[in-house]
Amino acid sequence: MPPHKLLTAAAQTTAPSHRDPAWSRRLSWSLAALVLLWPMLVLTEFKPWLLVDPASLNPTLHFLGDFLPPRFDLPFLALVARETWRTVAMATAGLVLALLLAGPMALLSVRALSVSALSGRMALGPAALRQAVRWTLVLLRSVPELIWALVFVRVVGLGPTAGVLAIALTYGGMLGKVYAEILDSGETHATNTLLRNGSGRLQAFLYGLLPQNGAELTSYTVYRWECAIRSSAVLGFVGAGGLGQQMDASMKMFSGSEVATMLLVFMALVWLADRISAWLRRGLG
Amino acid sequence: MQLALNELSAQHLTAKPLAKAALHAVTLSVRDGEQVAVIGPSGAGKTTLLHVMACALRPSAGSLTINGQAPWRLSATGLRNLRAALFLAPQVPPLPPRQRVVTAVLAGRLPQQSLWASVRSLFYPSDIALAERALARFGLADKLFERVDRLSGGERQRVGLARVVASQARLLLIDEPLSALDPTRGEQTMTALTALARERQATLVTSLHHVELALRHFPRIVGLRDGQIAFDLPTAQVTAEVLQALYAQHLHELSGAATLAPLQPPDEVRPVAMHCR
Repeated sequence: MPPHKLLTAAAQTTAPSHRDPAWSRRLSWSLAALVLLWPMLVLTEFKPWLLVDPASLNPTLHFLGDFLPPRFDLPFLALVARETWRTVAMATAGLVLALLLAGPMALLSVRALSVSALSGRMALGPAALRQAVRWTLVLLRSVPELIWALVFVRVVGLGPTAGVLAIALTYGGMLGKVYAEILDSGETHATNTLLRNGSGRLQAFLYGLLPQNGAELTSYTVYRWECAIRSSAVLGFVGAGGLGQQMDASMKMFSGSEVATMLLVFMALVWLADRISAWLRRGLG
Repeated sequence: MQLALNELSAQHLTAKPLAKAALHAVTLSVRDGEQVAVIGPSGAGKTTLLHVMACALRPSAGSLTINGQAPWRLSATGLRNLRAALFLAPQVPPLPPRQRVVTAVLAGRLPQQSLWASVRSLFYPSDIALAERALARFGLADKLFERVDRLSGGERQRVGLARVVASQARLLLIDEPLSALDPTRGEQTMTALTALARERQATLVTSLHHVELALRHFPRIVGLRDGQIAFDLPTAQVTAEVLQALYAQHLHELSGAATLAPLQPPDEVRPVAMHCR
């Protein structure tokens, strides 16, 4: 029997109790998503076929041709190496500060460490505190780091400090939220039992939540470090120094070959972050 | 530590507010140093009873006193100190998969340890001898530095129990300690648990499915059925009839009770007379 005939036969002979109850809900949500997507595509003038239009293909190829060959002479490579080190240092310092900010806030907002929630509903005071911490995290990450960098450049002057502070604030908000979500969505049985047997909250975190979710927390943090490197490139455009500032200067002088070298360095950094994450996950997992 | 429950009712841990109570009007008192086994068919409320005794579940009616105090009227610090003096071992071993056995066992000491000592012990376990003694009681001394997820289910359950040795609890509430163990191991584990409770003069309340083991190791048996206490007797008075009344409609769970006589002995089957024609 051909497959489509089998399906219709099966549908006809399906008893009402054998119909999938989730199907109608899934279908309606998918249709709703498509209905919402259509006006968005129209509004953003989504016309990908224009990319391969002959009129636009010529300038694109000309622009890309400027990037080759990448500039590989030694003095320039030395400059790129120095700026790369500055960018990585900016990203790492920013992320460490973000961790110092996000760690305590994530612990304050995690439901799994609530003692009052062990035996029923959470008490009002602790619930209000957790909500307040969540709102602070939302506030920290809702301002784009470019805006923070522009503000800090006015306060502390040009240079990497502005970039570090901007990354610290925004990434603190992001890391705090995702850490709290990872800790709450993991298995909390071990942590609950430790709290029920009278251990302190931080002890329950160190002996229960942390070993349970260590690998996810680490891989997310390394991913965010990689994002911080890209962010510090963007922040370089507003004066925070590093590889981004160099790229801005090269683009203004239309030297595509220098930009190409720096992009290759970026790809190498992202690849390095990927390897570190895989190695850490293997070590912890 | 002594316990007293009076007309206590409690909802199941994850129940909706209007659901049927998991425990209804339970009155029970346990003296200091006593060892009690709680038996009953599935769904009788044994886990809920142990959680109520461990102050992990608020009763919806009735009263609970531990050492004469009402635990839910205590301050947060008082309740935490009370919880530090008891030990609740849940049915599923509460062990994070990537933790090592030595750390998991030494976590029993956390309520008595300062934060700084706990952090130091994470980097280098501070009392490995204690962990080894605890594991040796349950036959697992060779698994000291293994990771928890490399152990079998029965071994994980015994590691969860070995935590009791590291703690200083005076009230031990153990939920189904033998569910993943074979009969020999089950026997050894039960012996080790009761010996430990006797040494420490701690009160021990265990819920068990293995009725035979309960009858052998415990001087007092409490039968629970549909959230109510069916009987509360010394072991000598727990007969086969009492057990069958408790497990009625769930007789398949009453396995291993070899001394049980069936309710209706099968009639003698008389051979059919064959008439050759």
